[in-house]
Amino acid sequence: MPVAQFNPLAASLFSFLAITSLLLAFVMLGSRWLNNYLYAFAAESWIIAALSAMVGFYGGFPELYLIAVLTALFRGLLLPYLIWRIIQRLGVAREIHEFLEPSSTLVAGAASVIFALIVSYHIGQSLGVTGNVVVLALTVMLAMKLIGFLMLTARHEALSQILGLLVLENGIFLGAQLLVPGMPTLIEIVILFDLLVVVACFGVLVRYLVAHVGSTSSLDLNRLVG
Amino acid sequence: MAGTLLLILLLAPALAALGCLFARTPRSAEISNLLASIVVLAMAIGLTIASAYGPYHYLDDYIVIDMTGAWVILCTAIVYFLASIHSVGYMRLVGEDARLWVFYTLFSGFTLTILVSAVMNNAGLYWIAIELTTLVSTFLVGFERGAESIEAAWKYIIIISAGISLALLGTILFYWCGSFVLGPTYQMTWEILRAAAPRMNPALAALSYLLILVGYGTKVGLAPMHTWLPDAHSESPAPISAMLSGALLNSAMLGIVRYLPIAEAAQNERLARASLIAFGIASLIIGALFIVRQNGIKRLMAYSSVEHMGVVAIGFGFGGTLGVAGALYHMLNHSINKSLMFFGAGNVMRSYGSKEIGKIRGVWTRFPVAGALWLAGAVGITGAPPFALFLSELVILRAGFERGYAWAVYAMAVLLIVIFVGFLNHFRNMYFEAGGASDAAPLAMSHWCVAPMWLALTPLVVFGLWWPDALWHHFLAAAQALGATP
Repeated sequence: MPVAQFNPLAASLFSFLAITSLLLAFVMLGSRWLNNYLYAFAAESWIIAALSAMVGFYGGFPELYLIAVLTALFRGLLLPYLIWRIIQRLGVAREIHEFLEPSSTLVAGAASVIFALIVSYHIGQSLGVTGNVVVLALTVMLAMKLIGFLMLTARHEALSQILGLLVLENGIFLGAQLLVPGMPTLIEIVILFDLLVVVACFGVLVRYLVAHVGSTSSLDLNRLVG
Repeated sequence: MAGTLLLILLLAPALAALGCLFARTPRSAEISNLLASIVVLAMAIGLTIASAYGPYHYLDDYIVIDMTGAWVILCTAIVYFLASIHSVGYMRLVGEDARLWVFYTLFSGFTLTILVSAVMNNAGLYWIAIELTTLVSTFLVGFERGAESIEAAWKYIIIISAGISLALLGTILFYWCGSFVLGPTYQMTWEILRAAAPRMNPALAALSYLLILVGYGTKVGLAPMHTWLPDAHSESPAPISAMLSGALLNSAMLGIVRYLPIAEAAQNERLARASLIAFGIASLIIGALFIVRQNGIKRLMAYSSVEHMGVVAIGFGFGGTLGVAGALYHMLNHSINKSLMFFGAGNVMRSYGSKEIGKIRGVWTRFPVAGALWLAGAVGITGAPPFALFLSELVILRAGFERGYAWAVYAMAVLLIVIFVGFLNHFRNMYFEAGGASDAAPLAMSHWCVAPMWLALTPLVVFGLWWPDALWHHFLAAAQALGATP
């Protein structure tokens, strides 16, 4: 178990980065402007890239440098650019009909972090892991998962849903860097590419939504029921 | 030998997709896709036979041909073959000749991704293959470009992506489980995971397995994660509905089936089986409720898919040789029978120009031949003898008694009877009830549309009356390879 052996400086750096990315997820929850979502997502991706590089450095996994560069390029630059283009094309700047106000969403997000912490704490205990980083990584991973789902359900704009999915993925990727740094590089690279294809597909679909449904709000997707 | 078969199996749809992409004429696309489907079917039969002498490993263990995987390939190949014939007739009715090459490119590409997912030996790559099936099929679901089809496509990709991200989390947590046993870097193949499972932490393995089950269960269409399924199945062109139902759902079920023995070996046998059975029963309940009060003809078929995937899940959940054999057999029978049902539904829908059951009346008098085939299929899909689904459902019920899940067997039996009555009541209305339909004579059906219905019904009757010995031995061997004991 490599994470347990990190020195205190490395452990606190990892914790700092993990918590920052969790906070950025809360920025998304607390805002209703699509541009803010985008910036928070891009920043989160850069933090994950930094985290990959640091785990590579302190844990002795040189292949993680490659992952860090690719993460920064794909998640930090290319994906935000693609999403920015979608935003430009849509001409929608903010969420209009929220199912939950940003303030209530923040409370729900906080509750999900507590839930994630309880689950991770129990798992950590049963594993006999004393290192706080492991429990923290698991907490952040599960919490970002729940926050992503919260965004998917509480927001209606097509773009918020895409970003919600990306938050889900970011959470997994961030946790994976800390929990399983030795995961085969091939898999991680393929997952990165896969994400690009996913966003490209979403871009095409959003265009169809505009052309054929005339709206990008999921509130208007109500023809198919029963 | 098996390697060559697999290579041809994968090359055929790949070449067909490329051919459609470059030729861009509707007729040549039809032909290349049809040829590919014939090749795929021949290779799949060969692979299924060859797999009994396997398993075979290729490319550094990234690819495996085992009996369960080959069986999913066979189901896919049969549906692909039938759907390719049907799509020739059906897609000409849709009137999108100019974009037909796009359809066939995506169609053969979609098949390719399903076939690839079935031979992936690495849990991470399997996840990616399943993700790819979603991306390609999204555009097939939305192919008709109406507001409804785009809505269905959007819901499909969002719900599946969210669900499958849970499966990714489960995959990573399983890798983490294994890293305590095997060290930080190892190949995450099914065999290695299963060998390491007894020394995994049970609590973490349980969490990972549940995430996997919910994640891939979304793709399988198990209730309550099934909500994308009726939309996607009802809005896509009929041959694609058949592919989604008969091929795609099985390929995702394969993932659950492969994780099940790992979770079991990690001291989670009761939890792993009971949760799978619970999802199966939930699917049956949802299927029963929505089948009884259904207005859309293709949505009716879609909820029947939810039901049958529930039955397959219950079969694998019961386990033992009987349970696995029944579930594998049920997969095949459901694939063939549901293709027949979707072809019939598509034909009738096009002829009457409506998706509503209430507007389809007098099928019997207007389409004596196709109508009879469709009705026979309807009797078959509800699990009545003498059709094949009756046999496989019976085997699964027996497995339940043998493995001590009597409560699940009773629940399943009651729900199947409700579905039988509800499903066939709709058919009684469509066939024998007067009025409701417009006076305009419905359009005729082409031979391309009716021929695959014949091709599907024949094996259903044959397998319903006679279960070949060789097939039974094949299932037993497959069950043993999955670690099942009698």
